[in-house]
This record gives sequence, structure tokens and C-alpha cells, in this order.
Amino acid sequence: MAFETIQDIIANRTDIDRDDITSDTDLRKDLGVDSLDLFQIMTDVEDEFGIDIDSPGDLRTVQDLVDLAEA
Amino acid sequence: MIRSVITATGAGLPERIVKNEELFAMLGVDDAWIYKRSGIHERRIAVDENTSGLAIRAAEDTLKKAGKTAEEIDMILTSTCTPDYQTPNLANQVQKGIGAKNAVCLSISAACSGFIFAMSVADKYIKTGTVKNVLLVSAEILSKATDWSDKGTCILFGDGAAAVLLERRDTDKGGILSEELGSRGDKAEVLTHGYFPAASAFNDTPPMEAKDNYIFMDGLEVFSFATKRLTASIKAVAEKEGIALDDIKYIVPHQANSRIIDFVAKKLEQPIEKFYLNLERFGNTSSASIPIALNEMNEKGLLSAGDRIMLSGFGGGLAWGTMLIEWV
Repeated sequence: MAFETIQDIIANRTDIDRDDITSDTDLRKDLGVDSLDLFQIMTDVEDEFGIDIDSPGDLRTVQDLVDLAEA
Repeated sequence: MIRSVITATGAGLPERIVKNEELFAMLGVDDAWIYKRSGIHERRIAVDENTSGLAIRAAEDTLKKAGKTAEEIDMILTSTCTPDYQTPNLANQVQKGIGAKNAVCLSISAACSGFIFAMSVADKYIKTGTVKNVLLVSAEILSKATDWSDKGTCILFGDGAAAVLLERRDTDKGGILSEELGSRGDKAEVLTHGYFPAASAFNDTPPMEAKDNYIFMDGLEVFSFATKRLTASIKAVAEKEGIALDDIKYIVPHQANSRIIDFVAKKLEQPIEKFYLNLERFGNTSSASIPIALNEMNEKGLLSAGDRIMLSGFGGGLAWGTMLIEWV
């Protein structure tokens, strides 16, 4: 459930097709966005799931975001 | 009631303007690319003077506007993360440059929050009766701390200096009203500049590479910190002072990146016009950015007695500081 929502958030903020976003997708290497775009994605996830991501620099993959959303 | 009141402002800016178009040959990115990421079109770059030169010019400009002599200054307080020397500190160089022989001199290092931290320290020196006035100068040459081959960071920074004269007044109106400052040392490594390893004749530390001295920034961490802290700190100061954000005439944030400011404006539900921005013409000048903006506002006649202005800095440390002042 969280994964699908995060897929939508990333697809909405990038040029990447929703179905090309997997749990292994690397947030820095595979999305083709700069750190401010990545920050917007992270903020969308925070707002959607009501969480506070204190160390965004530790995030590597989509699965890392899913884990935080489901925690 | 004893208050610290800003009675004059001034600036010392490099004359050389480097527009984004000039960076194209060096970096291969155009004005649209840079502006979209930063809100910056151009910046000032110091080519024939160091940080102290800009600081001295800002100090002289402020004294002239205040109608004060250098001998009348009790304290010179500087903030910089790009000084000429580790020692002497920048404040001593300003003292020599303007001939303020009666001043005690101190420099503060709090990166982009430096002006707010220095204002906070100056306020305490004044309120305790230690000094009657403080000439506070924030000066930076970020261009000497920048890796000019890294288009991710070098597009963001500029050089400049600005100063304010703070004076002790027995009044119930105006001056510094409230503040909120903080630090996150656990995030120290996400924004660094100027590392000096322990290296002597007695250990095997290899020589440092030049790149180790450049600004390093984990953009995601810094943007996340900046937006959250700026939003929370401005709210906290307004609540502490018991006023609504609608009662504030201007918010003058550290001029880091227009996207950070846009984000904060939305979070605070305040119009972007309330935020005074000039980073389009100056870039990020670290601790100098807030006083440069304040001086520009003052020179344009935008500030009137009774105006409540929120000043908010954030950056390396990590650290942040917000201060509510009332113009006189």
C-alpha cells in the first residue's frame, strides 16, 4: 500500500513512468532529479504518511522510504 | 527598559558582477538552469580585496550614516566563516581599518546564521551595560571557499559585507524584541568548509588536498533542515512575542535559495511578497546576506518606525537563529 502511494508521489514529481519505479530504485542515481526535487518527494511522503524524516541523507532506495512510511 | 536598537546600516560590496551567462563557458550550464535551481541570476565577486576589505568598507559606510566617529565605538563584533586569517580575527582588522582604538573586538563563527548569533551576543553586551554600542559587521568571500568546477555548489554563492550599528536605548519601543536560536551539532558533517587536520612533524597525516577546503553540502539534508527550522523558528518567535505573522511587515531570511523560501512561505501561509529577497542579484553570501538585505531595504526607504521585522538565519553547524526587531 505504502509502496504504491510512494510510486505515485515519485512519478508525479519526476519524468519517470510509475511502473519503472521499483523498491530497488536508487533515489539519487535513478530518478534524474536534483536534491531539491528529492526533498520535495520526501516532503510529499512526510505529509502523506504523517511522519518526520530527520535524516534524509541516509535514504538510499525507494524501499527506505517505504520502511519509514510503514514504521 | 534597556533595549538594543539598530541606528544605522551600511554595506561593502564588490564591484565585479558575475552573471550566470559568464559561468556558461566554465560550467556548461545556462542562466535558465541556474535560475531554476536557485533563483539566482548574478552575484558579486571580490577580485582585488579580501574579506577584511569588504568588512572595513561596510563599517565605514555605517559610521558615516550614523554620524559617529570610530573612536566612539565600544565594541566591534564580526561574523564570518571566510576570514582573511584564523588570527587575527576579522574584528581586529576592522578596528585597525577604521581606527576604532577604544573598541573591544570579537569575531563569531556561526556560518550562515552568524549575523543573528552576533546580534544576540551584541544584545547581551548592551543590556548588561558592558558597552553602549556595538558595530556589528558580517563579511564573507564565499568565492574563495568554492570549488569552481562543481556546478552543483559554485553557482549558489557570492561575496559581500554589511554592518549595523546597535546602540543602547532606554525605551519601550523598538530594537531587538525576541529571539530563538539553536544548534544541531549531530548534523555537523552535512555542511562543511575549511578542514584543518592535525598534521605536524610528529604524525603521518598526509598533506590535505585543496578540495578538502571547499564547501561541501549534502543538499537533501540541508534543504530539509533549512525549511523545517526556518518555519518552526519563525512561528516560535511570533508565539513568544504574542503576535500573529500577519502583524509582521517583512520576513528577511538568509538568502540561500529561492526554493527554500518559496516552500517556507507556503508552510507559513504567508505571501511571498512579505519575504524580502535579493538573492537574484547577490546569491548566497552566508552570514552577510541578512544585513545586506536589511541595508538595501533601509536605503530604499522600505522601513518605517514601528515596523516589525523577522530576521532568520540557518546553515552550517547546523545552526539557526530567528530574531524579531522593531524598526525605529
